[in-house]
Amino acid sequence: MRSKVTPGDQSPLKNRPNASPVVSGPQPVNGLAAIVLKPFAALAATWNKDGFGAKTAADALKTLGASNPVASRDVVIEAPQIAENGAVVPIEITSNVPGTTSIAVLIDKNPFPLVGKFDFMEGALPFVKLNAKVGETSEVRVVAEALGKHYVATQEIKVTIGGCGG
Amino acid sequence: MAGPMKMRATLSGGVTDVRVLMTHPMETGQRKDPDGKLVPLHFIQNVTLKVNGKTVVESQISQGISRNPVFTFRIKGGAKGDRIEVSWIDNHGETNQTETAVA
Repeated sequence: MRSKVTPGDQSPLKNRPNASPVVSGPQPVNGLAAIVLKPFAALAATWNKDGFGAKTAADALKTLGASNPVASRDVVIEAPQIAENGAVVPIEITSNVPGTTSIAVLIDKNPFPLVGKFDFMEGALPFVKLNAKVGETSEVRVVAEALGKHYVATQEIKVTIGGCGG
Repeated sequence: MAGPMKMRATLSGGVTDVRVLMTHPMETGQRKDPDGKLVPLHFIQNVTLKVNGKTVVESQISQGISRNPVFTFRIKGGAKGDRIEVSWIDNHGETNQTETAVA
């Protein structure tokens, strides 16, 4: 390997007296570290890292303070019973529990079950429609929070692979 | 990098329906590109809905939301001409926002 520091090679650097070929190696690494670390600092307060990083629905619910939600028919899930394309599964959620302030959506069998948590303030109805990825046949679990209590409803979504509709 | 957003807000029967589409790859960090290398995690983390400048829905979402996410939210009441704003921020710190008036 030819040396990087030869008088002929320095000509592109002659206008940058501080630029040294010797220290240019570590610089990209420092730059990468800065890119990776910055977003975490910016978002730490508003994104439930533990909940979204949980690998089971039970662990995710613990981070929401909803370990033992009460089953309720007032939490309504509208989703297909069979989804041929697991990449885009429409799920519509309405909470008829009075005083609902938040809705969390979990897909039990996904690698990271918690897919979203929605906080509703004055003026919004406790309703959301979203498209989720469902990796394999799974229960979808919706937990609504109202006046400090948690209510849950579930529905199974079958995912067919290969689009044969079975 | 951040692609276009589309939004529609319609008032009907005393309820405003807000339907918003965001352009985003929502990479799970588990998918491999054609060369067999993992595509890094890249997804929207927060979505905020404001009506006339006041926050009414704050969402935290994961990579489990589909690519190019579409959400529908509902607002009680509302009036034609109310200003609806939706903004998002992803795990790389990229952001985008759009606004429309209730029709």
